Amino acid sequence: MSTSTEQLSDQLAATTLLRFATAGSVDDGKSTLVGRLLHDSKSVLADQLEAVEHASRSRGQEAPDLALLTDGLRAEREQGITIDVAYRYFATPRRRFILADTPGHVQYTRNMVTGASTAELAVVLVDARNGVVEQTRRHAAVAALLRVPHVVLAVNKMDLVEYQESVFAAIAEEFTTYASELGVPEITAIPISALAGDNVVEPSANMDWYGGPTVLEHLETVPVSHDLTACHARFPVQYVIRPQTAEHPDYRGYAGQIAAGAFRVGEEITVLPSGKKSTITAIDALGESVDIAWAPQSVTIRLADDIDISRGDLLAPSGDAPATSQDVEATVCHVADQPLAVGQRVLLKHTTRTVKAIVKDIPSRLTLDDLSQHPNPGQLVANDIGRVVVRTAEPLALDAYADSRRTGSFLLIDPADGTTLAAGMAGESFATAKAVAAVDEEEGWDF
Amino acid sequence: MTTVVHTHDTTDSPFALSHLDSLESEAVHIFREVAGEFERPVILFSGGKDSIVMLHLALKAFAPAPIPFTLLHVDTGHNFPEVIEYRDRVVAQHGLRLHVASVQEYIDAGKLRERPDGTRNPLQTVPLTEAIQQHRFDAVFGGGRRDEEKARAKERVFSLRDEFSQWDPRRQRPELWQLYNGRHAPGEHVRVFPLSNWTELDVWQYIQREKIELPEIYFAHEREVFARSGMWLTAGEWGGPKESETVEKRLIRYRTVGDMSCTGAVDSDATTLDAVIAEIAASRLTERGATRADDKLSEAAMEDRKREGYF
Repeated sequence: MSTSTEQLSDQLAATTLLRFATAGSVDDGKSTLVGRLLHDSKSVLADQLEAVEHASRSRGQEAPDLALLTDGLRAEREQGITIDVAYRYFATPRRRFILADTPGHVQYTRNMVTGASTAELAVVLVDARNGVVEQTRRHAAVAALLRVPHVVLAVNKMDLVEYQESVFAAIAEEFTTYASELGVPEITAIPISALAGDNVVEPSANMDWYGGPTVLEHLETVPVSHDLTACHARFPVQYVIRPQTAEHPDYRGYAGQIAAGAFRVGEEITVLPSGKKSTITAIDALGESVDIAWAPQSVTIRLADDIDISRGDLLAPSGDAPATSQDVEATVCHVADQPLAVGQRVLLKHTTRTVKAIVKDIPSRLTLDDLSQHPNPGQLVANDIGRVVVRTAEPLALDAYADSRRTGSFLLIDPADGTTLAAGMAGESFATAKAVAAVDEEEGWDF
Repeated sequence: MTTVVHTHDTTDSPFALSHLDSLESEAVHIFREVAGEFERPVILFSGGKDSIVMLHLALKAFAPAPIPFTLLHVDTGHNFPEVIEYRDRVVAQHGLRLHVASVQEYIDAGKLRERPDGTRNPLQTVPLTEAIQQHRFDAVFGGGRRDEEKARAKERVFSLRDEFSQWDPRRQRPELWQLYNGRHAPGEHVRVFPLSNWTELDVWQYIQREKIELPEIYFAHEREVFARSGMWLTAGEWGGPKESETVEKRLIRYRTVGDMSCTGAVDSDATTLDAVIAEIAASRLTERGATRADDKLSEAAMEDRKREGYF
């Protein structure tokens, strides 16, 4: 795997893309795991290694500090901690990867939310000596809240517990029970030593009792595409394309990225929030005319009727259109330093639509450590997760986040300075009191 | 515990997008978001491969209508003539409007001073930020990719800059889902990076798939060069070689295209896209590590320049 020819074919053969996020406490060895993944998949190039070796030497360290590969900011290198999400890229013969490398420190929970929002898989790291700790439960809760489809529990530092199966089994069971109760649909537990390289890229010779995949093998084979025909089709209009040129005097196309499901030529659609109906006459997929297109393709849709449609409208199949409402109930993660209070006027950005809104109520705040509810906190501050009730100035076609991560999510924005205040997930979640059972009854997740 | 209902092998899924299609779709979405939300966007266009790919994506995003943006080139005065020729030809071909901010004019007017090392790349920041203020651009597309450099790996797709164009990595907005927040106060602007998630190899594979024309200096050719700081620099009126440096003719090509004073060439016999892609995939050096002197100035050279307003 080390020759350049093999590496070449590796990188060129990869076809699909997996976006995943890592989470771990400060000393769980997350940087080592990320470093090992990048290093063993030959994604660290000579000049980067040389720079790390040079910097390590000039600090008086004997061995190259692989954390310097991932900590890109001055402040991070100075303090030896990861402050902000960074994105890394690597490839194997089977797949390409975008890794959202998120900080584990509690004060940066919002950054894990950022990383998890686009991830299809989350790796939660645990120190085998400590087992499931508060921070682990917090990471599991965030992954569940953000509805990341696949969660990997990486039980690290197995070398420090003599590679004992019983240690791993106990941690895996405790975590799986906890995460399942939160509604995480798929959990894979893997015993590893990031430092020694056990079960990260290469199978471990020290743990014969483990018959599952290595971390990389699992990342390469986990399914990324769901059956989109089972999803509610949704198309937020981003931009109206009207060339008004001699060549295209009458062209009127609705440009956007399909948020969920599939659309076909000939299909009857309803425009929301107006409720007007029309039929799809053409789909232009970036230069190619197609009969069907699906999420997340960026396309331009043309309709049979000249009706009033603009940015912020949503197209949906007439038989499967969402209800519109001016009252939004949601779970939010507060991501700003300034608080969010009852009575506050905000902007709400949902797909391509931004509307005025007012916070009518904050019924509860959640403590992630033990999932306890605190009623009527009055306000939410940085890194808080809570329930909110928001009244919007215009009707929104909002799905439940459980049905669609794309059309069930929104931002709350401070109209005064544009700060992103909170990340919202519409509908029920485990943060809704007594809603845990409802989450468990669902058949699966579609998005 | 519920399980995933629809499980199938990724390669067999009729709905799986190739990685290039995913990246293309995401970039187009970003272009259209900016068109929908901003008043005066501009694309930074240097004639380098990343900005060429950006332009190609923008053309696709709004077809059959023209691109609703103007272009801005920060001309260091030490550009490769082949690249300037390419730039002007592409602008004419698509009927685009190009603004040029000239480092040379700033030097001639005494507003900027030539650096002792002759590198003009860091001098681009002032003409860039003044052009943004002067034209009141509120969104500025850059071709920066997170795989280029460790400070860039921390960059958002929508990156808020203050009236001095400064980047503060500790005050970045969290970027959630595909909900980009472009709100800004008057005088502030947003830098937008549609190629954030692309790697160098993705860019080349996309150029090949889309049959995009590039300036010739990206392909192997004979050129008079001299060695400086472990790189081959093009000899020319910009200020090289010095007396101690000797010019020789070598078969080289460029991996990145920037200012002549700090963009190094690599030895190469890759004259076709296939050969270039094979060469990059096998290279043990990163793009910037191989060919950019300005990033070697210090461990945080890029971060420092970005803080000052560089793209």
